[in-house]
Amino acid sequence: MSAFYASHGSGAPAPIITVILIMLAGYIAAAVQTSRRYKPWPLRRYLYWIIGVLCASSAVVGPVAVQAHSDFTAHMAGHLLLGMLSPLFLTLAAPITLLLRSLTIRAARKLTRALNSRPLRVISHPVTASLLNAGGLWILYTTDLYMVMQHQPLLHLLVHLHIWLAGCLFTMTIIYMDPVPHRYGFLYRAGILVAAFAAHVALSKYIYAHPPAGVPDGQAAAGGMLMYYGGDFVEIALVSIFCYQWYKRSLASEGAR
Amino acid sequence: MAANRNVGSGFLFGLGLVAFVDETVFHQLLHWHHFYDKSTTAAGLVSDGFFHAFSWFATIGGLFMLAGLRRRQAWLPRRWLGGLWLGGGLFQLYDGTIQHKLMRLHQIRYVDAVIVYDWVWYAIAAAMVVAGIILIRKTGAKQA
Repeated sequence: MSAFYASHGSGAPAPIITVILIMLAGYIAAAVQTSRRYKPWPLRRYLYWIIGVLCASSAVVGPVAVQAHSDFTAHMAGHLLLGMLSPLFLTLAAPITLLLRSLTIRAARKLTRALNSRPLRVISHPVTASLLNAGGLWILYTTDLYMVMQHQPLLHLLVHLHIWLAGCLFTMTIIYMDPVPHRYGFLYRAGILVAAFAAHVALSKYIYAHPPAGVPDGQAAAGGMLMYYGGDFVEIALVSIFCYQWYKRSLASEGAR
Repeated sequence: MAANRNVGSGFLFGLGLVAFVDETVFHQLLHWHHFYDKSTTAAGLVSDGFFHAFSWFATIGGLFMLAGLRRRQAWLPRRWLGGLWLGGGLFQLYDGTIQHKLMRLHQIRYVDAVIVYDWVWYAIAAAMVVAGIILIRKTGAKQA
């Protein structure tokens, strides 16, 4: 892990680059391969996946990541890319559908059973997902965790992994692109989406007024405002997709009547 | 059903529209409102966050509802407009009284005679609510 930290200045750490390449190659290979057997995998989904992986990557390697070590505003830009924009694109790429398609029938059944298992149902409940997502951020910015993380490479990595995975989980429980263990109604999910969005807005203003430990006032104000307006941008996209799904669903159910 | 939906869609869009005008005109263009006021209460922070999130949801959701109404050829523009004035007016009233005064989120403008601004704010809000109610009642009677 010290190698991970030391390499930050000069270039990208090798293990992270490897993970990024595997994510890109694995998705593309599975999509191309299954397109021979089933309906061709839509081209836009390849694009969503590549953009999603690149958004997440830009928060952990490259200029934004380097800058984030000394500049809170850059850290916040990274948070928006890693925790919000990347999850949105990755969700739109429907990775679980692709995974189910690329497995043998027996393996796919096993995966479906695993997705339906009790622990996964609890974790993929919209309320749990929102708490993991928004709650994690409140802990990060209102305790000393943010400061401690800057000096502990392993903790730094784990926090970023959590931001990314919780963001993905949250997005997948709000807009349904993939098969999910248990579906919740639109109104229920709308309430959770608004509450999670509100927690994000309130936290960004809280940061503006109460800088996290070790962050100068000016950087906290700029970072808080970036979180507020940048968050709006992604949330508007998320709400639009959510409402579009609701609109299509209500038209379809009317046609069936 | 469709008659209520017209009011509902207009109401949501009106709420979102007023919140949007507040954000662009008073926060961004005039810089009268503060992003955060030192005297903001914790409840104010939560209320502001909730209304900010809800107003975006209402704007987008209200427009998708309108799209559905138009597709079913059930859009009643005047009744919808009544919903818009009512939703916008009620939100402005809430923002001006509870959020600005009780929760001390921020003031309309940081001047001595802020009371003048407050009453103009309330008067516009009340006018919107009254206009909304009149339109909704009128279009309701025509339907029945």
